[in-house]
Amino acid sequence: MINVSKLKKGIVIDHITAGKGYKIFRQLNLDELDAVVVLMRNVDSAKKGKKDLIKIETDLQINFDVLALIDPGVTVTYVLDGEKVKKVKLTPPNEVIDILSCKNPRCITNQEHIEHVHFRLVNAEKKLYACEFCDAQTSL
Amino acid sequence: MESRHLLQPSDFSIAEINDMLRLAKRIIQNPIAYSEVCKGKVLASLFYEPSTRTKFSFDTAMLRLGGQVIGFSDPTTSSTAKGETVADSALTISKYADIIVVRHPKEGTARLMSKHAECPVINAGDGGHMHPTQTLTDLLTIVSYKPEIKDLTVGVCGDLKFGRTIHSLVTCLARFENIRFVFISPDELKMPVYVKDELNKMGVEYTETSSLDESIGSLDILYMSRVQRERFISEEDYLRLKDYFILTKEKMKHAKEDMIVMHPLPRVNEIATEVDSDPRAVYFHQVKYGMYVRMALIMTLLGIKDPLCE
Repeated sequence: MINVSKLKKGIVIDHITAGKGYKIFRQLNLDELDAVVVLMRNVDSAKKGKKDLIKIETDLQINFDVLALIDPGVTVTYVLDGEKVKKVKLTPPNEVIDILSCKNPRCITNQEHIEHVHFRLVNAEKKLYACEFCDAQTSL
Repeated sequence: MESRHLLQPSDFSIAEINDMLRLAKRIIQNPIAYSEVCKGKVLASLFYEPSTRTKFSFDTAMLRLGGQVIGFSDPTTSSTAKGETVADSALTISKYADIIVVRHPKEGTARLMSKHAECPVINAGDGGHMHPTQTLTDLLTIVSYKPEIKDLTVGVCGDLKFGRTIHSLVTCLARFENIRFVFISPDELKMPVYVKDELNKMGVEYTETSSLDESIGSLDILYMSRVQRERFISEEDYLRLKDYFILTKEKMKHAKEDMIVMHPLPRVNEIATEVDSDPRAVYFHQVKYGMYVRMALIMTLLGIKDPLCE
């Protein structure tokens, strides 16, 4: 097994469904960070069999809405001086702005540039959100 | 004060819809009394795609209220052709007009306009999304032939899968008391799950069948729609089904004496012309009700008081 040293200060995004780690990595723009970031894929997990895991060695402002949209089962743990100081559990937000874009080609949002389009949660289980303009359902 | 808009039928409560229908009925009874209530008001009629019926209906509604109409029915003659955004057009036009009516091929355009215009906006159809004034037209037609929108069995026949006007009519009617539905369609064109889910949530009773013959006798209202050739992958399927839903004089024999037949028009061949002379066929009257209900809607959104109720 690859040994990744214990985090002194930063954030651990754990219990990511295997295969979704890279999507989270991209959506949180972690490649743009000037800090140590480790993405581990297909790590053995007692609960899930396999899981992905991300360690970020800095105190970053995480967009929890993005995380909840991709994989609401993840846990986010903040670490300071090697100790866990805060753990966050996620629930899909009732409304998201500036994360999703409407996938309906007939929607006006795909003809004109419209800022801050609202999407409301219509199916929490499937993480489906409806566009405020055309009501078409979409997910991240 | 922020403007009130009509973008989808649910923008108005059932009480407000009933008020509007009552106003429309008063207009029908005494149109002269309303012929100047919108004097000095201007309606901007913005049709970004062709529509004869709906545009004429709104334009004549405003003219019959004593107001005036500006607008276009060909977007190539508007600033859109120069690249102006819908949002900018809405704000600019609302500086001239007191109320905007918009039809646009893109879904959600009326909502976008309502966010930028400084006056009420009416959605006259945004692609395949919403067409709320068709729903109001249908409701006024119903209350013109039935004592009230209550205790009715409504058959909806034809292409139930793609007809958004049918979806908004069904979900709007479902908000009234004790309305039951019979959905009559081929398997390929059944009512979508999201509409049925909504009815289930509201506890509204409905049945599904593929036989018009078997169900017509139980109906108070039969709402016909066109089975569209372009929806079928197989020409064979289309040919098999297209005549299946043709309403004929023979089928009308099995209907109740006071059943009414409605259709959003234009019709193709789903209602035989021989049915037109049947007094229960009200689809051509629907067009006129459309104008009256739009008169009531314009008055309501402009906050104009009913001169007969002062």
